Amino acid sequence: MHELAITEDMLSLVLSEARKHDAQKVNRVQLRIGEMTGIVGDSVRFYFEQISKDTIAEGAILSFDFVPAAARCRDCGHQFDIADFVWSCPKCHSLNIDIVAGNELYLESLEVT
Amino acid sequence: MEIKVLKNILNANDQRAQENRGLFERNRMVALNVTASPGAGKTSLIMATIKALRDEFRIGVIEGDVSSAIDAETIGTVGIPVVQINTNGACHLDATMISNAVQSLPIDELDLLIVENVGNLICPASFALGEHKNILVASVPEGHDKPYKYPLMFSKSDAVVLNKIDLAPYVDFDRDQFIEAVNGLHADARIFELSCKTGEGLSEWNSWIASEIRKERTA
Repeated sequence: MHELAITEDMLSLVLSEARKHDAQKVNRVQLRIGEMTGIVGDSVRFYFEQISKDTIAEGAILSFDFVPAAARCRDCGHQFDIADFVWSCPKCHSLNIDIVAGNELYLESLEVT
Repeated sequence: MEIKVLKNILNANDQRAQENRGLFERNRMVALNVTASPGAGKTSLIMATIKALRDEFRIGVIEGDVSSAIDAETIGTVGIPVVQINTNGACHLDATMISNAVQSLPIDELDLLIVENVGNLICPASFALGEHKNILVASVPEGHDKPYKYPLMFSKSDAVVLNKIDLAPYVDFDRDQFIEAVNGLHADARIFELSCKTGEGLSEWNSWIASEIRKERTA
């Protein structure tokens, strides 16, 4: 839903990192997106195509590394992927869990020439 | 050539949010980011909080809506400084909107700043504003499944207010399932069950906010 705002911030980060390295062209953008963020890759691609026009990132390929939501139980220490969005420890059924993965929203790397 | 970046995409917003937080801390005040789906009772809760705490604390409000000044006008009727932000289509407030809006508020005179975010359980979760506490207002008629459907929002909330408990006899709301999901998403989240309409449960909420303000003043 808010992919446009995220994509705008991502593009400006891409362009500023590329400028720092005197890049002429951005060929590939590697992103790391957690499941909890609900960000839809196709939607980011669509906006990126539109707003990167006439920049050195125009035509760059976006690659996504999706991270599943995971949690650690405070009571028994068990770490587990959150399957089907069930929020309790599969081992001891405690609700005392901390979400440890799935909130990622990172620009990992760029491939530039 | 490959460039390793490893930066948060929302870095710029997070930095601006940190600046806002710094401003609030220098003024020894508490800032709340109030989120909810449309119609859950954000404005009613804010009005009830103002009514209960205005004699003891100085309160300011930032209202965020896609359009209209209806909420700011409602808050304005009780003589509290209020700024309306219209996002013109954007589905959430961001840290820059807040840093602009606080310039229209007597920020150095306030003890409590309440920000009412755009009614939406998805987007506001990703955009920090500089708040001390994230408050999520849910309501009984929306159903007990909302934490399961909007997990990010609930996982980032420091307190969940369940409003409209006076309507519980008339709707199928499974309280246990709701509480279980809220606890699972954020083990430390406070839960307040209340009705802004009847006033039931409001005193616990108001005492918690008052104690958070006193904590910040003496920090």
